[in-house]
Amino acid sequence: MNPTPSWNLITDVQQMMAYTFMVNAVRAGAIVAVLSGAVGWLMVLRRESFAGHTLAVVGFPGAAAAAWLGAPIGSGYFVACVAAAAVLAWWAPGTAAGTAAEFGEQSAVIGTVQAVALATGLLFVSLYHGFLSGLTNLLFGTIAGVSSSQVVVLLVAAVICVITLAAVGRPLLWTSIDPATAAAQGIPTRLVAVIFLLVLGVAAAGASQVTGSLLVFALLVCPPAAAQRLTARPSLGIALSALIALAVTWVGMGFAFFTPYPIGFWVSSFAYATYLAATGYRAVLDRSHQRVSRSPAPEALAST
Amino acid sequence: MSLTGLGQMLHHAFIIHALLAGSAIAAVCGLAGYFLVLRGQVFAGDALGHVAYTGAMGALAAGLDLHAGLFATTIAAGVALGAGSARITDDVAIGSFFSWMLGLGVLFLTYYTTHGSGANGTANVNVLFGSIFGINVSATTTAVLLSAGLAVVLIVIGRPLLFATVDPAVAQAVGVPTRWLGAVFLGVVGATVAEASQIIGALLVLGLFAAPAAAAMRLTDRPWRAFWLAPVLAVAAIWVGVTLAYLIPAAPASFTIMITAAAIYLIAAIITRRERTSAQTASSDH
Repeated sequence: MNPTPSWNLITDVQQMMAYTFMVNAVRAGAIVAVLSGAVGWLMVLRRESFAGHTLAVVGFPGAAAAAWLGAPIGSGYFVACVAAAAVLAWWAPGTAAGTAAEFGEQSAVIGTVQAVALATGLLFVSLYHGFLSGLTNLLFGTIAGVSSSQVVVLLVAAVICVITLAAVGRPLLWTSIDPATAAAQGIPTRLVAVIFLLVLGVAAAGASQVTGSLLVFALLVCPPAAAQRLTARPSLGIALSALIALAVTWVGMGFAFFTPYPIGFWVSSFAYATYLAATGYRAVLDRSHQRVSRSPAPEALAST
Repeated sequence: MSLTGLGQMLHHAFIIHALLAGSAIAAVCGLAGYFLVLRGQVFAGDALGHVAYTGAMGALAAGLDLHAGLFATTIAAGVALGAGSARITDDVAIGSFFSWMLGLGVLFLTYYTTHGSGANGTANVNVLFGSIFGINVSATTTAVLLSAGLAVVLIVIGRPLLFATVDPAVAQAVGVPTRWLGAVFLGVVGATVAEASQIIGALLVLGLFAAPAAAAMRLTDRPWRAFWLAPVLAVAAIWVGVTLAYLIPAAPASFTIMITAAAIYLIAAIITRRERTSAQTASSDH
Protein backbone atom coordinates (compact mmCIF):
# COMPACT_ATOMS: atom_id res chain seq x y z
CA MET A 1 0.00 0.00 0.00
CA ASN A 2 1.36 3.38 -0.92
CA PRO A 3 1.35 6.34 1.45
CA THR A 4 -0.81 9.24 0.33
CA PRO A 5 0.72 12.69 -0.09
CA SER A 6 -0.87 15.81 1.35
CA TRP A 7 -0.50 19.39 0.13
CA ASN A 8 1.68 20.15 3.14
CA LEU A 9 5.22 19.46 1.95
CA ILE A 10 6.71 19.38 5.45
CA THR A 11 4.47 16.59 6.65
CA ASP A 12 5.14 14.76 3.39
CA VAL A 13 8.87 14.88 3.99
CA GLN A 14 8.37 13.84 7.62
CA GLN A 15 6.28 10.92 6.43
CA MET A 16 9.07 9.85 4.05
CA MET A 17 11.84 10.23 6.61
CA ALA A 18 10.01 8.01 9.08
CA TYR A 19 11.37 5.05 7.12
CA THR A 20 15.04 4.11 7.54
CA PHE A 21 15.30 2.95 3.94
CA MET A 22 14.13 6.35 2.71
CA VAL A 23 16.72 8.14 4.87
CA ASN A 24 19.41 5.92 3.39
CA ALA A 25 18.06 6.45 -0.11
CA VAL A 26 18.00 10.22 0.28
CA ARG A 27 21.58 10.26 1.60
CA ALA A 28 22.87 7.90 -1.09
CA GLY A 29 20.96 9.87 -3.72
CA ALA A 30 22.58 13.12 -2.60
CA ILE A 31 26.11 11.67 -2.75
CA VAL A 32 25.54 10.01 -6.10
CA ALA A 33 23.82 13.00 -7.65
CA VAL A 34 26.53 15.50 -6.72
CA LEU A 35 29.29 13.16 -7.91
CA SER A 36 27.64 12.25 -11.22
CA GLY A 37 26.66 15.86 -11.84
CA ALA A 38 30.30 16.92 -11.53
CA VAL A 39 31.89 13.96 -13.34
CA GLY A 40 29.17 14.04 -15.99
CA TRP A 41 29.96 17.68 -16.77
CA LEU A 42 33.49 16.68 -17.77
CA MET A 43 32.20 13.59 -19.59
CA VAL A 44 29.87 15.68 -21.75
CA LEU A 45 32.69 18.15 -22.39
CA ARG A 46 34.98 15.31 -23.51
CA ARG A 47 32.23 13.75 -25.65
CA GLU A 48 32.62 10.42 -23.88
CA SER A 49 28.91 9.84 -23.29
CA PHE A 50 28.93 6.48 -25.02
CA ALA A 51 31.82 5.30 -22.85
CA GLY A 52 29.98 6.55 -19.76
CA HIS A 53 26.86 4.68 -20.78
CA THR A 54 28.86 1.50 -21.27
CA LEU A 55 30.57 1.84 -17.88
CA ALA A 56 27.18 2.26 -16.28
CA VAL A 57 25.85 -0.84 -18.00
CA VAL A 58 28.87 -2.88 -16.89
CA GLY A 59 27.71 -2.42 -13.31
CA PHE A 60 24.87 -4.80 -14.07
CA PRO A 61 26.98 -7.98 -14.56
CA GLY A 62 29.10 -6.91 -11.59
CA ALA A 63 26.07 -6.69 -9.32
CA ALA A 64 24.57 -9.88 -10.73
CA ALA A 65 27.85 -11.74 -10.19
CA ALA A 66 28.05 -10.42 -6.63
CA ALA A 67 24.49 -11.60 -5.96
CA TRP A 68 25.33 -15.01 -7.38
CA LEU A 69 28.53 -15.33 -5.34
CA GLY A 70 26.88 -14.00 -2.19
CA ALA A 71 29.18 -10.96 -2.03
CA PRO A 72 27.91 -7.46 -1.21
CA ILE A 73 26.16 -6.03 -4.28
CA GLY A 74 27.87 -2.65 -3.90
CA SER A 75 31.34 -4.14 -4.26
CA GLY A 76 30.20 -5.91 -7.44
CA TYR A 77 29.26 -2.58 -9.01
CA PHE A 78 32.57 -0.94 -8.14
CA VAL A 79 34.82 -3.83 -9.19
CA ALA A 80 33.06 -4.30 -12.54
CA CYS A 81 32.88 -0.60 -13.44
CA VAL A 82 36.49 0.13 -12.56
CA ALA A 83 37.68 -2.98 -14.40
CA ALA A 84 35.69 -1.97 -17.49
CA ALA A 85 37.08 1.56 -17.26
CA ALA A 86 40.58 0.07 -17.26
CA VAL A 87 39.75 -2.06 -20.32
CA LEU A 88 38.32 0.93 -22.21
CA ALA A 89 41.27 3.09 -21.19
CA TRP A 90 43.72 0.49 -22.40
CA TRP A 91 41.93 -0.26 -25.64
CA ALA A 92 40.28 2.98 -26.70
CA PRO A 93 41.52 5.97 -24.69
CA GLY A 94 40.23 9.44 -25.46
CA THR A 95 37.77 10.15 -28.24
CA ALA A 96 38.54 13.78 -28.91
CA ALA A 97 41.26 13.21 -31.51
CA GLY A 98 41.41 10.80 -34.42
CA THR A 99 39.89 10.26 -37.83
CA ALA A 100 36.32 9.24 -38.56
CA ALA A 101 37.40 5.63 -39.14
CA GLU A 102 39.18 5.50 -35.77
CA PHE A 103 36.10 7.02 -34.15
CA GLY A 104 33.98 4.33 -35.77
CA GLU A 105 36.14 1.47 -34.59
CA GLN A 106 36.43 2.98 -31.12
CA SER A 107 32.68 3.22 -30.75
CA ALA A 108 32.35 -0.31 -32.13
CA VAL A 109 34.69 -1.55 -29.39
CA ILE A 110 32.70 0.33 -26.75
CA GLY A 111 29.46 -1.11 -28.14
CA THR A 112 30.87 -4.63 -28.10
CA VAL A 113 32.02 -4.24 -24.49
CA GLN A 114 28.55 -3.04 -23.58
CA ALA A 115 26.72 -5.92 -25.27
CA VAL A 116 29.07 -8.49 -23.75
CA ALA A 117 28.60 -6.91 -20.33
CA LEU A 118 24.82 -7.12 -20.58
CA ALA A 119 24.98 -10.71 -21.84
CA THR A 120 27.30 -11.67 -18.97
CA GLY A 121 24.89 -10.05 -16.54
CA LEU A 122 22.11 -12.16 -18.03
CA LEU A 123 24.26 -15.26 -17.47
CA PHE A 124 24.80 -14.47 -13.79
CA VAL A 125 21.16 -13.60 -13.23
CA SER A 126 20.04 -16.88 -14.77
CA LEU A 127 22.64 -18.79 -12.73
CA TYR A 128 21.31 -17.07 -9.62
CA HIS A 129 17.71 -17.92 -10.52
CA GLY A 130 16.48 -14.61 -9.17
CA PHE A 131 15.27 -13.90 -12.63
CA LEU A 132 12.36 -11.49 -12.84
CA SER A 133 12.28 -9.16 -9.85
CA GLY A 134 16.05 -9.12 -9.29
CA LEU A 135 16.71 -8.36 -12.94
CA THR A 136 14.32 -5.42 -13.06
CA ASN A 137 15.75 -3.92 -9.88
CA LEU A 138 19.35 -4.24 -11.06
CA LEU A 139 18.53 -2.68 -14.43
CA PHE A 140 16.05 -0.01 -13.42
CA GLY A 141 16.76 0.72 -9.76
CA THR A 142 14.77 0.69 -6.56
CA ILE A 143 14.60 3.14 -3.67
CA ALA A 144 14.41 0.41 -1.06
CA GLY A 145 17.75 -1.13 -1.94
CA VAL A 146 20.34 1.02 -0.14
CA SER A 147 21.73 -0.02 3.25
CA SER A 148 23.51 2.28 5.71
CA SER A 149 26.87 0.57 5.12
CA GLN A 150 26.39 1.16 1.39
CA VAL A 151 25.94 4.88 2.08
CA VAL A 152 29.32 4.95 3.83
CA VAL A 153 30.96 3.15 0.91
CA LEU A 154 29.38 5.58 -1.55
CA LEU A 155 30.60 8.54 0.49
CA VAL A 156 34.19 7.22 0.61
CA ALA A 157 34.16 6.53 -3.14
CA ALA A 158 32.76 10.00 -3.87
CA VAL A 159 35.39 11.72 -1.71
CA ILE A 160 38.19 9.81 -3.48
CA CYS A 161 36.74 10.79 -6.86
CA VAL A 162 36.43 14.45 -5.94
CA ILE A 163 40.01 14.60 -4.59
CA THR A 164 41.30 12.92 -7.76
CA LEU A 165 39.34 15.30 -9.96
CA ALA A 166 40.60 18.29 -8.01
CA ALA A 167 44.18 17.03 -8.38
CA VAL A 168 44.01 16.57 -12.16
CA GLY A 169 41.43 19.33 -12.72
CA ARG A 170 43.46 21.85 -14.70
CA PRO A 171 45.28 19.47 -17.06
CA LEU A 172 42.03 17.52 -17.48
CA LEU A 173 40.12 20.63 -18.50
CA TRP A 174 42.90 21.66 -20.85
CA THR A 175 43.18 18.27 -22.60
CA SER A 176 39.40 18.15 -22.91
CA ILE A 177 39.12 21.52 -24.60
CA ASP A 178 42.30 21.57 -26.68
CA PRO A 179 44.05 18.17 -26.74
CA ALA A 180 46.62 19.12 -29.38
CA THR A 181 47.95 22.19 -27.56
CA ALA A 182 47.90 20.39 -24.22
CA ALA A 183 49.94 17.52 -25.65
CA ALA A 184 52.38 19.99 -27.21
CA GLN A 185 52.84 21.64 -23.80
CA GLY A 186 53.93 18.30 -22.35
CA ILE A 187 50.75 17.31 -20.54
CA PRO A 188 50.41 13.49 -20.44
CA THR A 189 47.02 13.44 -22.22
CA ARG A 190 46.80 9.68 -22.25
CA LEU A 191 47.41 9.41 -18.50
CA VAL A 192 44.85 12.12 -17.83
CA ALA A 193 42.32 10.32 -20.06
CA VAL A 194 42.88 7.05 -18.20
CA ILE A 195 42.47 8.71 -14.78
CA PHE A 196 39.26 10.37 -15.92
CA LEU A 197 37.82 7.10 -17.24
CA LEU A 198 38.55 5.43 -13.88
CA VAL A 199 36.80 8.26 -12.02
CA LEU A 200 33.91 7.97 -14.46
CA GLY A 201 33.75 4.25 -13.72
CA VAL A 202 33.49 4.87 -9.97
CA ALA A 203 30.81 7.53 -10.47
CA ALA A 204 28.82 5.22 -12.75
CA ALA A 205 29.10 2.39 -10.23
CA GLY A 206 27.80 4.63 -7.48
CA ALA A 207 24.91 5.95 -9.53
CA SER A 208 23.95 2.42 -10.65
CA GLN A 209 23.07 1.55 -7.08
CA VAL A 210 20.39 4.22 -6.96
CA THR A 211 18.91 4.50 -10.45
CA GLY A 212 19.78 1.05 -11.80
CA SER A 213 22.38 0.30 -14.46
CA LEU A 214 20.34 1.34 -17.48
CA LEU A 215 19.25 4.71 -16.12
CA VAL A 216 22.54 6.05 -14.74
CA PHE A 217 22.72 7.98 -17.93
CA ALA A 218 19.87 10.20 -16.84
CA LEU A 219 22.10 11.57 -14.05
CA LEU A 220 25.38 11.51 -15.99
CA VAL A 221 24.19 13.29 -19.13
CA CYS A 222 21.04 15.36 -18.67
CA PRO A 223 22.07 17.62 -15.73
CA PRO A 224 25.54 18.39 -17.20
CA ALA A 225 24.08 19.01 -20.65
CA ALA A 226 21.50 21.35 -19.14
CA ALA A 227 24.21 23.15 -17.14
CA GLN A 228 26.34 23.60 -20.27
CA ARG A 229 23.40 25.19 -22.02
CA LEU A 230 23.08 27.68 -19.17
CA THR A 231 26.69 28.68 -18.51
CA ALA A 232 30.05 28.29 -20.21
CA ARG A 233 32.14 28.83 -17.05
CA PRO A 234 33.60 25.52 -15.81
CA SER A 235 33.34 26.04 -12.04
CA LEU A 236 29.83 27.49 -12.21
CA GLY A 237 28.79 24.82 -14.72
CA ILE A 238 30.01 21.93 -12.54
CA ALA A 239 28.27 23.39 -9.48
CA LEU A 240 25.06 23.95 -11.42
CA SER A 241 25.20 20.46 -12.89
CA ALA A 242 25.61 18.89 -9.44
CA LEU A 243 22.77 21.04 -8.12
CA ILE A 244 20.42 20.01 -10.93
CA ALA A 245 21.32 16.35 -10.45
CA LEU A 246 20.64 16.65 -6.72
CA ALA A 247 17.28 18.34 -7.23
CA VAL A 248 16.21 15.82 -9.86
CA THR A 249 17.18 12.87 -7.66
CA TRP A 250 15.46 14.11 -4.51
CA VAL A 251 12.27 15.13 -6.29
CA GLY A 252 12.31 11.82 -8.18
CA MET A 253 12.64 9.94 -4.89
CA GLY A 254 9.74 11.84 -3.43
CA PHE A 255 7.54 10.97 -6.37
CA ALA A 256 8.69 7.34 -6.35
CA PHE A 257 7.77 7.14 -2.65
CA PHE A 258 4.22 8.41 -3.10
CA THR A 259 3.39 6.68 -6.39
CA PRO A 260 3.50 3.05 -7.51
CA TYR A 261 5.94 3.88 -10.31
CA PRO A 262 9.69 3.20 -10.05
CA ILE A 263 12.36 5.76 -9.22
CA GLY A 264 14.09 5.29 -12.58
CA PHE A 265 11.11 6.63 -14.44
CA TRP A 266 10.77 9.74 -12.30
CA VAL A 267 14.46 10.62 -12.19
CA SER A 268 14.96 10.16 -15.94
CA SER A 269 11.80 12.13 -16.75
CA PHE A 270 12.70 15.09 -14.52
CA ALA A 271 16.28 15.05 -15.79
CA TYR A 272 15.15 15.06 -19.40
CA ALA A 273 12.60 17.81 -18.73
CA THR A 274 15.35 19.95 -17.19
CA TYR A 275 17.57 19.34 -20.21
CA LEU A 276 14.75 20.31 -22.60
CA ALA A 277 13.95 23.44 -20.57
CA ALA A 278 17.61 24.50 -20.57
CA THR A 279 17.89 23.89 -24.32
CA GLY A 280 14.76 25.92 -24.94
CA TYR A 281 16.00 28.74 -22.70
CA ARG A 282 19.32 28.77 -24.57
CA ALA A 283 17.56 28.96 -27.92
CA VAL A 284 15.44 31.91 -26.79
CA LEU A 285 18.51 33.62 -25.35
CA ASP A 286 20.52 33.10 -28.55
CA ARG A 287 17.74 34.57 -30.63
CA SER A 288 17.46 37.69 -28.49
CA HIS A 289 21.27 38.06 -28.55
CA GLN A 290 21.20 37.90 -32.32
CA ARG A 291 18.57 40.61 -32.42
CA VAL A 292 20.60 42.83 -30.11
CA SER A 293 23.87 42.32 -31.99
CA ARG A 294 22.22 42.85 -35.36
CA SER A 295 20.66 46.22 -34.59
CA PRO A 296 23.81 48.27 -33.71
CA ALA A 297 25.74 46.89 -36.67
CA PRO A 298 24.61 49.53 -39.24
CA GLU A 299 25.61 52.38 -36.87
CA ALA A 300 29.04 50.85 -36.40
CA LEU A 301 29.40 50.68 -40.14
CA ALA A 302 28.28 54.30 -40.55
CA SER A 303 30.77 55.64 -37.99
CA THR A 304 33.79 54.15 -39.76
CA MET B 1 29.85 -33.79 -25.46
CA SER B 2 30.52 -36.13 -28.34
CA LEU B 3 29.95 -35.63 -32.03
CA THR B 4 26.78 -37.72 -31.94
CA GLY B 5 25.46 -35.21 -29.43
CA LEU B 6 26.16 -32.47 -31.92
CA GLY B 7 24.44 -34.49 -34.65
CA GLN B 8 21.40 -34.89 -32.47
CA MET B 9 21.30 -31.15 -31.99
CA LEU B 10 19.93 -30.71 -35.51
CA HIS B 11 17.06 -33.10 -34.77
CA HIS B 12 15.45 -30.54 -32.49
CA ALA B 13 13.00 -28.27 -34.26
CA PHE B 14 13.74 -25.34 -31.92
CA ILE B 15 17.45 -25.48 -32.81
CA ILE B 16 16.66 -25.42 -36.53
CA HIS B 17 14.37 -22.44 -36.03
CA ALA B 18 16.98 -20.69 -33.91
CA LEU B 19 19.68 -21.25 -36.53
CA LEU B 20 17.47 -20.16 -39.45
CA ALA B 21 15.98 -17.06 -37.84
CA GLY B 22 19.24 -16.20 -36.10
CA SER B 23 21.31 -16.45 -39.28
CA ALA B 24 18.85 -14.36 -41.26
CA ILE B 25 18.76 -11.54 -38.74
CA ALA B 26 22.49 -11.76 -38.05
CA ALA B 27 23.24 -11.34 -41.75
CA VAL B 28 21.23 -8.11 -41.84
CA CYS B 29 22.87 -6.96 -38.61
CA GLY B 30 26.27 -7.51 -40.20
CA LEU B 31 25.36 -5.55 -43.35
CA ALA B 32 23.78 -2.70 -41.40
CA GLY B 33 26.50 -2.81 -38.75
CA TYR B 34 29.18 -2.19 -41.34
CA PHE B 35 27.62 1.13 -42.26
CA LEU B 36 26.84 1.97 -38.62
CA VAL B 37 30.52 1.62 -37.74
CA LEU B 38 31.70 3.36 -40.89
CA ARG B 39 29.33 6.29 -40.33
CA GLY B 40 30.15 6.56 -36.61
CA GLN B 41 26.52 5.83 -35.70
CA VAL B 42 26.99 2.90 -33.33
CA PHE B 43 25.56 5.03 -30.56
CA ALA B 44 22.43 5.60 -32.64
CA GLY B 45 22.07 1.82 -33.01
CA ASP B 46 22.34 1.55 -29.23
CA ALA B 47 19.64 4.19 -28.83
CA LEU B 48 17.31 2.31 -31.19
CA GLY B 49 17.68 -0.80 -29.04
CA HIS B 50 16.48 1.17 -26.03
CA VAL B 51 13.62 2.68 -28.00
CA ALA B 52 12.59 -0.84 -29.04
CA TYR B 53 12.22 -1.80 -25.39
CA THR B 54 9.96 1.15 -24.67
CA GLY B 55 7.92 0.46 -27.80
CA ALA B 56 7.33 -3.15 -26.84
CA MET B 57 6.46 -2.29 -23.24
CA GLY B 58 4.18 0.54 -24.36
CA ALA B 59 2.33 -1.79 -26.70
CA LEU B 60 1.91 -4.35 -23.93
CA ALA B 61 0.69 -1.72 -21.46
CA ALA B 62 -1.81 -0.41 -24.01
CA GLY B 63 -2.96 -3.93 -24.84
CA LEU B 64 -1.70 -3.77 -28.41
CA ASP B 65 0.35 -6.27 -30.37
CA LEU B 66 3.95 -6.35 -29.16
CA HIS B 67 5.41 -6.59 -32.65
CA ALA B 68 3.40 -3.64 -33.92
CA GLY B 69 4.72 -1.53 -31.06
CA LEU B 70 8.29 -2.65 -31.68
CA PHE B 71 8.34 -1.91 -35.39
CA ALA B 72 6.37 1.33 -35.22
CA THR B 73 8.63 2.91 -32.59
CA THR B 74 12.00 1.75 -33.89
CA ILE B 75 11.36 2.64 -37.53
CA ALA B 76 9.93 6.03 -36.57
CA ALA B 77 12.85 6.74 -34.24
CA GLY B 78 15.35 5.55 -36.85
CA VAL B 79 13.97 7.75 -39.61
CA ALA B 80 13.79 10.72 -37.24
CA LEU B 81 17.40 10.22 -36.12
CA GLY B 82 18.61 9.77 -39.68
CA ALA B 83 16.74 12.74 -41.10
CA GLY B 84 17.62 15.08 -38.26
CA SER B 85 21.28 14.33 -37.89
CA ALA B 86 24.49 15.17 -39.62
CA ARG B 87 27.26 12.64 -40.15
CA ILE B 88 28.27 12.10 -36.54
CA THR B 89 25.21 12.60 -34.41
CA ASP B 90 25.13 14.70 -31.28
CA ASP B 91 25.77 12.14 -28.57
CA VAL B 92 24.39 14.31 -25.78
CA ALA B 93 21.03 14.80 -27.50
CA ILE B 94 20.75 11.08 -28.30
CA GLY B 95 21.91 10.02 -24.85
CA SER B 96 19.56 12.19 -22.87
CA PHE B 97 16.65 11.28 -25.08
CA PHE B 98 17.09 7.54 -24.86
CA SER B 99 17.73 7.50 -21.13
CA TRP B 100 14.31 9.10 -20.85
CA MET B 101 12.87 6.55 -23.29
CA LEU B 102 14.11 3.76 -21.02
CA GLY B 103 12.55 5.53 -18.06
CA LEU B 104 9.25 5.51 -19.95
CA GLY B 105 9.78 1.83 -20.70
CA VAL B 106 10.04 1.10 -16.97
CA LEU B 107 6.84 3.05 -16.39
CA PHE B 108 5.03 0.92 -18.98
CA LEU B 109 6.54 -2.22 -17.48
CA THR B 110 5.29 -1.30 -14.01
CA TYR B 111 1.86 -0.41 -15.38
CA TYR B 112 1.71 -3.63 -17.33
CA THR B 113 2.76 -5.88 -14.45
CA THR B 114 0.44 -4.20 -11.96
CA HIS B 115 -2.61 -3.73 -14.21
CA GLY B 116 -2.16 -6.46 -16.82
CA SER B 117 -3.25 -10.03 -16.53
CA GLY B 118 0.35 -11.16 -16.11
CA ALA B 119 -0.18 -13.89 -18.68
CA ASN B 120 2.89 -12.72 -20.56
CA GLY B 121 5.15 -12.37 -17.53
CA THR B 122 8.45 -13.05 -19.28
CA ALA B 123 7.86 -10.51 -22.05
CA ASN B 124 10.11 -8.01 -20.29
CA VAL B 125 13.12 -10.34 -20.18
CA ASN B 126 12.42 -11.65 -23.67
CA VAL B 127 12.46 -8.20 -25.23
CA LEU B 128 15.58 -7.12 -23.31
CA PHE B 129 17.61 -10.28 -23.85
CA GLY B 130 15.82 -12.20 -26.58
CA SER B 131 14.59 -15.77 -26.69
CA ILE B 132 16.26 -17.47 -29.62
CA PHE B 133 15.08 -20.92 -28.52
CA GLY B 134 11.48 -19.78 -28.25
CA ILE B 135 10.82 -19.09 -31.92
CA ASN B 136 8.07 -21.02 -33.69
CA VAL B 137 7.63 -21.79 -37.40
CA SER B 138 5.67 -18.68 -38.31
CA ALA B 139 8.08 -16.41 -36.42
CA THR B 140 10.99 -18.08 -38.25
CA THR B 141 9.33 -17.49 -41.62
CA THR B 142 8.66 -13.86 -40.73
CA ALA B 143 12.26 -13.36 -39.61
CA VAL B 144 13.71 -14.91 -42.77
CA LEU B 145 11.41 -13.00 -45.16
CA LEU B 146 11.81 -9.69 -43.37
CA SER B 147 15.58 -10.09 -43.17
CA ALA B 148 15.74 -10.84 -46.89
CA GLY B 149 13.76 -7.69 -47.63
CA LEU B 150 15.92 -5.54 -45.37
CA ALA B 151 19.10 -7.02 -46.86
CA VAL B 152 17.89 -6.18 -50.37
CA VAL B 153 17.22 -2.57 -49.34
CA LEU B 154 20.67 -2.31 -47.78
CA ILE B 155 22.38 -3.75 -50.86
CA VAL B 156 20.42 -1.42 -53.16
CA ILE B 157 21.26 1.73 -51.18
CA GLY B 158 24.77 0.42 -50.38
CA ARG B 159 26.67 2.12 -53.20
CA PRO B 160 25.24 5.64 -52.85
CA LEU B 161 25.31 5.28 -49.07
CA LEU B 162 29.01 4.41 -49.13
CA PHE B 163 29.63 7.43 -51.35
CA ALA B 164 27.63 9.68 -49.03
CA THR B 165 29.51 8.29 -46.02
CA VAL B 166 33.05 8.52 -47.34
CA ASP B 167 32.72 11.91 -48.99
CA PRO B 168 29.43 13.60 -48.08
CA ALA B 169 30.26 16.97 -49.63
CA VAL B 170 31.11 15.58 -53.07
CA ALA B 171 28.18 13.15 -52.95
CA GLN B 172 25.82 16.02 -52.23
CA ALA B 173 27.33 18.09 -55.04
CA VAL B 174 26.87 15.23 -57.52
CA GLY B 175 23.21 15.02 -56.50
CA VAL B 176 23.14 12.03 -54.14
CA PRO B 177 20.27 12.63 -51.67
CA THR B 178 22.49 12.17 -48.58
CA ARG B 179 19.89 13.19 -46.02
CA TRP B 180 17.23 10.95 -47.50
CA LEU B 181 19.69 8.06 -47.63
CA GLY B 182 20.61 8.58 -43.99
CA ALA B 183 16.94 8.47 -43.01
CA VAL B 184 16.25 5.31 -45.03
CA PHE B 185 19.37 3.68 -43.61
CA LEU B 186 18.49 4.31 -39.97
CA GLY B 187 14.90 3.30 -40.72
CA VAL B 188 16.22 -0.06 -41.92
CA VAL B 189 18.39 -0.27 -38.80
CA GLY B 190 15.27 0.39 -36.73
CA ALA B 191 13.37 -2.45 -38.43
CA THR B 192 16.40 -4.72 -37.92
CA VAL B 193 16.50 -3.87 -34.22
CA ALA B 194 12.77 -4.59 -33.90
CA GLU B 195 13.08 -8.00 -35.51
CA ALA B 196 16.31 -8.82 -33.67
CA SER B 197 14.79 -7.84 -30.30
CA GLN B 198 12.72 -11.00 -30.33
CA ILE B 199 15.70 -13.19 -31.17
CA ILE B 200 18.83 -11.77 -29.62
CA GLY B 201 17.35 -9.03 -27.44
CA ALA B 202 16.95 -5.26 -27.68
CA LEU B 203 19.95 -4.65 -25.45
CA LEU B 204 22.25 -7.15 -27.15
CA VAL B 205 21.57 -6.34 -30.78
CA LEU B 206 24.29 -3.70 -30.44
CA GLY B 207 26.89 -6.46 -30.15
CA LEU B 208 25.82 -8.03 -33.44
CA PHE B 209 25.99 -4.62 -35.13
CA ALA B 210 29.35 -3.59 -33.74
CA ALA B 211 31.55 -6.65 -33.26
CA PRO B 212 31.33 -8.42 -36.67
CA ALA B 213 31.53 -5.13 -38.57
CA ALA B 214 34.55 -3.93 -36.58
CA ALA B 215 36.22 -7.33 -37.08
CA ALA B 216 35.54 -7.22 -40.84
CA MET B 217 36.99 -3.72 -41.08
CA ARG B 218 40.09 -4.92 -39.26
CA LEU B 219 40.54 -7.86 -41.62
CA THR B 220 40.22 -5.96 -44.88
CA ASP B 221 40.68 -2.38 -46.01
CA ARG B 222 38.41 -2.74 -49.02
CA PRO B 223 34.90 -1.40 -48.36
CA TRP B 224 32.91 -4.00 -50.29
CA ARG B 225 34.90 -6.94 -49.01
CA ALA B 226 34.25 -5.73 -45.44
CA PHE B 227 30.58 -5.14 -46.30
CA TRP B 228 30.21 -8.80 -47.31
CA LEU B 229 32.53 -10.20 -44.63
CA ALA B 230 30.61 -8.62 -41.73
CA PRO B 231 27.40 -10.68 -42.24
CA VAL B 232 29.46 -13.87 -42.65
CA LEU B 233 31.13 -13.24 -39.29
CA ALA B 234 27.78 -12.37 -37.68
CA VAL B 235 26.21 -15.61 -38.92
CA ALA B 236 29.25 -17.53 -37.68
CA ALA B 237 28.72 -15.96 -34.24
CA ILE B 238 25.10 -17.20 -34.24
CA TRP B 239 26.04 -20.76 -35.22
CA VAL B 240 28.88 -21.09 -32.74
CA GLY B 241 26.84 -19.38 -30.05
CA VAL B 242 23.78 -21.60 -30.53
CA THR B 243 25.97 -24.73 -30.50
CA LEU B 244 27.69 -23.61 -27.30
CA ALA B 245 24.36 -22.85 -25.66
CA TYR B 246 23.13 -26.31 -26.65
CA LEU B 247 26.23 -27.98 -25.18
CA ILE B 248 26.21 -25.88 -21.97
CA PRO B 249 22.63 -25.76 -20.70
CA ALA B 250 23.47 -23.26 -17.93
CA ALA B 251 24.55 -20.60 -20.43
CA PRO B 252 21.79 -18.52 -22.09
CA ALA B 253 22.08 -18.46 -25.90
CA SER B 254 22.22 -14.64 -25.96
CA PHE B 255 25.30 -14.83 -23.75
CA THR B 256 27.17 -17.42 -25.85
CA ILE B 257 26.37 -15.54 -29.08
CA MET B 258 27.66 -12.23 -27.67
CA ILE B 259 30.81 -13.86 -26.31
CA THR B 260 31.46 -15.46 -29.70
CA ALA B 261 30.95 -12.18 -31.54
CA ALA B 262 33.33 -10.42 -29.17
CA ALA B 263 35.87 -13.24 -29.51
CA ILE B 264 35.73 -12.89 -33.32
CA TYR B 265 36.55 -9.21 -33.03
CA LEU B 266 39.33 -9.86 -30.52
CA ILE B 267 40.92 -12.49 -32.76
CA ALA B 268 40.69 -10.19 -35.77
CA ALA B 269 42.25 -7.35 -33.77
CA ILE B 270 45.13 -9.54 -32.52
CA ILE B 271 45.88 -10.92 -36.01
CA THR B 272 45.89 -7.50 -37.64
CA ARG B 273 47.84 -5.92 -34.80
CA ARG B 274 50.70 -8.36 -35.43
CA GLU B 275 50.48 -7.68 -39.18
CA ARG B 276 50.39 -3.94 -38.63
CA THR B 277 53.38 -3.90 -36.30
CA SER B 278 55.37 -6.17 -38.65
CA ALA B 279 54.45 -3.90 -41.56
CA GLN B 280 55.59 -0.91 -39.52
CA THR B 281 58.93 -2.49 -38.64
CA ALA B 282 59.37 -3.56 -42.29
CA SER B 283 58.79 -0.01 -43.48
CA SER B 284 61.08 1.45 -40.82
CA ASP B 285 63.86 -0.97 -41.90
CA HIS B 286 63.97 0.66 -45.33
